[in-house]
Amino acid sequence: MITFESVTKRYADGTVAVDGLSLEAPTGEITVFVGPSGCGKTTSLRMINRMIDPTEGRILLDGTDVTTIDPPTLRRGIGYVIQQAGLFPHRKIVDNVATVPFLLGWDKRKAKDRAMELLERVGLDPKLAQRYPFQLSGGQQQRVGVARALAADPPVLLMDEPFSAVDPIVRTSLQDELIRLQSELQKTIVFVTHDIDEAIKLGDRVAVLRVGGKLAQLADPRTLLSEPADDFVRDFLGRDRGIRRLQFVATDGLELSDPADTSLDVQDGRPVGWRRDSGELEPAGTFVPGRDSLRSALDAALLSPSGAAVAVDADGKVLGVVSRQALDKALSEVADG
Amino acid sequence: MDDGQPLFRWSWVVSNWDNDSPNSIVNLLQAHIVMSAVPVIVGLLVSLPLGLLCVRWRWLYQPVSGLMNAVYALPSLALFMILLAVTGAEPVTVIIPLTFYAMAVLIPAVVDGLASVPEHVRQSAVAMGFTPLRRLVQVELPIAVPVVLAGMRVVAVSSISLVSVGALIGQGGLGNFFTDAYQRDFYTPAIAGIVLIVLLALVADGALVLLQRLLTPWMRARRSA
Repeated sequence: MITFESVTKRYADGTVAVDGLSLEAPTGEITVFVGPSGCGKTTSLRMINRMIDPTEGRILLDGTDVTTIDPPTLRRGIGYVIQQAGLFPHRKIVDNVATVPFLLGWDKRKAKDRAMELLERVGLDPKLAQRYPFQLSGGQQQRVGVARALAADPPVLLMDEPFSAVDPIVRTSLQDELIRLQSELQKTIVFVTHDIDEAIKLGDRVAVLRVGGKLAQLADPRTLLSEPADDFVRDFLGRDRGIRRLQFVATDGLELSDPADTSLDVQDGRPVGWRRDSGELEPAGTFVPGRDSLRSALDAALLSPSGAAVAVDADGKVLGVVSRQALDKALSEVADG
Repeated sequence: MDDGQPLFRWSWVVSNWDNDSPNSIVNLLQAHIVMSAVPVIVGLLVSLPLGLLCVRWRWLYQPVSGLMNAVYALPSLALFMILLAVTGAEPVTVIIPLTFYAMAVLIPAVVDGLASVPEHVRQSAVAMGFTPLRRLVQVELPIAVPVVLAGMRVVAVSSISLVSVGALIGQGGLGNFFTDAYQRDFYTPAIAGIVLIVLLALVADGALVLLQRLLTPWMRARRSA
């Protein structure tokens, strides 16, 4: 667990980057620092591994004040991923990943084996191991950055806008990959971003910071969306806060009706499409109850001519159809809180 | 020049190749190599720490590079003459000014080379837990190599060329053939000297290019990417 105890960072010129920040980043969870530029989110992150030292207050890592630990030793025990990956251009990918094991004095063979294992773990072709960073795409470099941060199996991972320099499609896949990795590894992650959608997608807890380095709200994403603390947080969350809230509403309880009563064409148990009066087939939007959120169900419904969403199981077999009335009922329950 | 004299006499080359004279081709070639290589090597060894100091204390860079540029502007012959009174007609009288010229190019090369390390790379090295010394040796200097070697190529070729000016104080390596040719109105030594100096410069430059390829395989990766 990482604990901030009224941490303030004031620079010599009087600028206050972080102002009396107190919060906890629980073990095994992703805590996201989010806010506009100048809110001190990166400064806060860098105070954890002592790339910056606080002016006042303390940061505790499992109860130990980090300023009592020698910086190189502290940093070798904390994984770090930055925006442009920060790979060493003169080292092969495998050696980049093995950086911290090398620094820790691991046996060369063991360090490289570990690096190869991690490349696979983050979804990279082992053939890339012998390449240099310039030969990789931005997304691949960022995966290498994540592998490098994980190489010595640190309990804590700091991520400073790691995905903001890649295009949106790659960013989404990197985010999904992080969620998958985290479900396997359960690291204590502090993640910095200026992108509220990323914060809501990744965070177990989200700390919204305002300019001047003050904490505006610390909450889980669902609470953040339903009960923003003030106008600043509300504005920062943006316009479609209501729709995004649906992301956190489960779909287990939705009422399913028999597809035979609808115009849905089913073959071998799989949905083929909605049959229009003209006989044309319109592709059917689907969602998986229990796995996908109410937002996905609503999305599937909005894309179909009848306004109903098709519920399928993980193999894509039809479970039933959620009618517009059933969706309305679920939505009004959300609105009622 | 007599009308019947050929421009180049191979017989002169043969008889002067390796005779007992200190002015044999082989001896002067050796002297030339020493007088041009020592300034490059010593210049690099001095420029590395000075360049590092200039990076560490930024305010130092302007005065140091200003001073080195002033030295660079001094004509080599004038420096040789001044030093002649102190160090005598010895190779060192040529080596010292050339070393300063090398430093005038190499100190900025070291500073620029270290500045070529991207900030995110430096930051991530810090965050991985490199100690400052290890970061310098394992991350920053290797990345600075291409820029420093580019400076080395300029310095090597200009040193090889400038050594010949030392002929005016009797320490010019192959340049001694120029004064010899002028005094005797006999072109063969001058042509041999020019050819050998150009060849020497090409070989030195080629060797540095090869060295760069060996030291920076990752640069080729960058080019092909």
